[in-house]
Amino acid sequence: MELLSHLALGLQTAATFANLFYCLVGVFLGTAIGVLPGLGPTATIAMLLPVTFVLPPVTALIMLAGIYYGSQYGGSTTSILVNLPGEAASVVTTLDGYQMAKQGRAGPALAASAIGSFFAGTVATFLIAAFGPPLAAAALEFGPAEFFSLMILGLVASVVLAQGSLLHAIGMVVLGLLLGLIGTDVNSGTQRFTFGIFELADGIGFVTVAMGMFGLGEIIRNLQNEEERSVMITKITGLWPTKEDFKRMVAPILRGTAIGSVLGILPGSGSILGSFAAYSIEKKVSKNRAQFGKGAIEGVAAPEAANNAGAQTSFIPLLTLGIPSNPVSALMVGAMIVHGIQPGPSVITEQPALFWGMIVSMWIGNLFLVILNYPLIGMWVRMIMIPYQFLYPGILVFCAIGVFSLKNTEFDIYFMALFGALGYLFSKLGCEPAPMLLAFILGPLMEEYLRRAMLLSRGNPWVFVQRPISTTLLALSVLAMLSVLLPAFSKTREEAFKE
Amino acid sequence: MTRNARDFWTGLLYIFFGSSAILIARDYSMGTANKMGPAYFPTILGGLLLVIGVIALIRSFVIPGSPIGAFGFKGLVLVTGSVVAFGFVVRGLGLAIALPLLIIVSAYGSTRFRWRPTLIMAAGLTIFCVLVFLKGLGIPLPVIGPWLGG
Repeated sequence: MELLSHLALGLQTAATFANLFYCLVGVFLGTAIGVLPGLGPTATIAMLLPVTFVLPPVTALIMLAGIYYGSQYGGSTTSILVNLPGEAASVVTTLDGYQMAKQGRAGPALAASAIGSFFAGTVATFLIAAFGPPLAAAALEFGPAEFFSLMILGLVASVVLAQGSLLHAIGMVVLGLLLGLIGTDVNSGTQRFTFGIFELADGIGFVTVAMGMFGLGEIIRNLQNEEERSVMITKITGLWPTKEDFKRMVAPILRGTAIGSVLGILPGSGSILGSFAAYSIEKKVSKNRAQFGKGAIEGVAAPEAANNAGAQTSFIPLLTLGIPSNPVSALMVGAMIVHGIQPGPSVITEQPALFWGMIVSMWIGNLFLVILNYPLIGMWVRMIMIPYQFLYPGILVFCAIGVFSLKNTEFDIYFMALFGALGYLFSKLGCEPAPMLLAFILGPLMEEYLRRAMLLSRGNPWVFVQRPISTTLLALSVLAMLSVLLPAFSKTREEAFKE
Repeated sequence: MTRNARDFWTGLLYIFFGSSAILIARDYSMGTANKMGPAYFPTILGGLLLVIGVIALIRSFVIPGSPIGAFGFKGLVLVTGSVVAFGFVVRGLGLAIALPLLIIVSAYGSTRFRWRPTLIMAAGLTIFCVLVFLKGLGIPLPVIGPWLGG
């Protein structure tokens, strides 16, 4: 019953007043900013990161995790009420969720989303608790070669799941790795690519890059096509689903949870793959498949469960291997490093309170979400209706002051503007920023593991294919890359991303 | 002429970044595969980016693609410009001037810009930020900067 004693330790950590309070604040802020149009989880977390840097590490990470779920749930709410997904993972929720809202059934749709998410979150919490430690124990055997190959796999996966041209996405990864190297080289003390600028000696902060590319870049894009948003609020009456609704929700939630949990563990995928897969499977097996796309509650429950399950199980590679699998967990890795925690397999043994506290707090956070959202739905709706022209100057203000507060230098403000312009430019050219952010954070780590691996092998590059685990990881990367080139898969990839 | 503007410009950008990385890294020591110097990894990455850029460039003349579409210059200039301007004046003039400047200039980027609500928003948001960030979180920025004798 080791699991129970671990969870008890986690509960002890998570249930302090401060941690519960910041978990609640995180969930609340995450949802509030997540429902604002045009702000996905990545931009939300980037915006709120500076706030958490003043907290102790455990509390900060608990709050960040709360912000993440909150912003995801906020994204689902806007998908259902205004047909605007905050992020790729909630795109499928719009299909049936918005239809339900149009028929005056926004309440049951929101409830299906909340109940599905909560159930999936509970299951995923236990999965992390069960599979985290053995996976971390296995990862303790990893040498630098294995970690390098694992990072390759993560980056390849992010490329495969990126929108648009494969070649462009690979280029973005390489560019991200290069940008990550800016600053002082840890081994030689050489200042690389700093152009003699003092402020660049520590490199460019990841918050600066994330706020620029995801926050500012997105605003510039939105300004180009400002469209009227019609809000489907024909009064949300009958929030509670009927008995019939409940009956129809059960199986889809179970299936969605299973699919989302499994796909969430895969590096690079996070929750996007899960929600798409859950919806298409549900559409095939459901008795009510004729209703799909016209407001079937199954079409909301299944992808929402999968979405949340995946969001949560994507913490497994993050917490046990230290490998972020999507931009959001990349930001978490960055935040952990800022707090002096090197994410990786040793976190469980060296900082058990942090690890288990975070896991238990995930479940508590999900509980808060459900409790919080019923009384506050009216407030979310009012926030959704804030016209964009009044919203984005506010976002800019928070980004500018937030990025300044990191190191109290105007320099970061200029860099944020630069990355905003770059982010817009690249999105115009069909290059997605997500793989770049991931690579940017992995860059220095990857170089370090490459150096160590090569040192151990005395300069023999074949070391990466001579060690079985490393070979397997690289083989998986090659397979993933090849799969995109197969016509059958690339067709589904295009369809999945068609919005 | 190029048949795919996206590939063409992406290729050029990647070639620029890749070759710059290689050229700049020449100033650092290369080391050996066994003991990699600070130039080793950046040179590999720069080379890789250069190759990807060249492939994209060549492909742009062979495989046709969709056009880039209109470029939102107004939004780009006003959003980045207002943020940079904020950085320039925030210490000198203080938040009381820098924040309204940022808000009004960026808000002008919207097609639905109107003076009255924007000014009200600028005033409200400035007061809010001064209270929360300066008084609450203690961020070291002046309300009225030294350029104005504050």
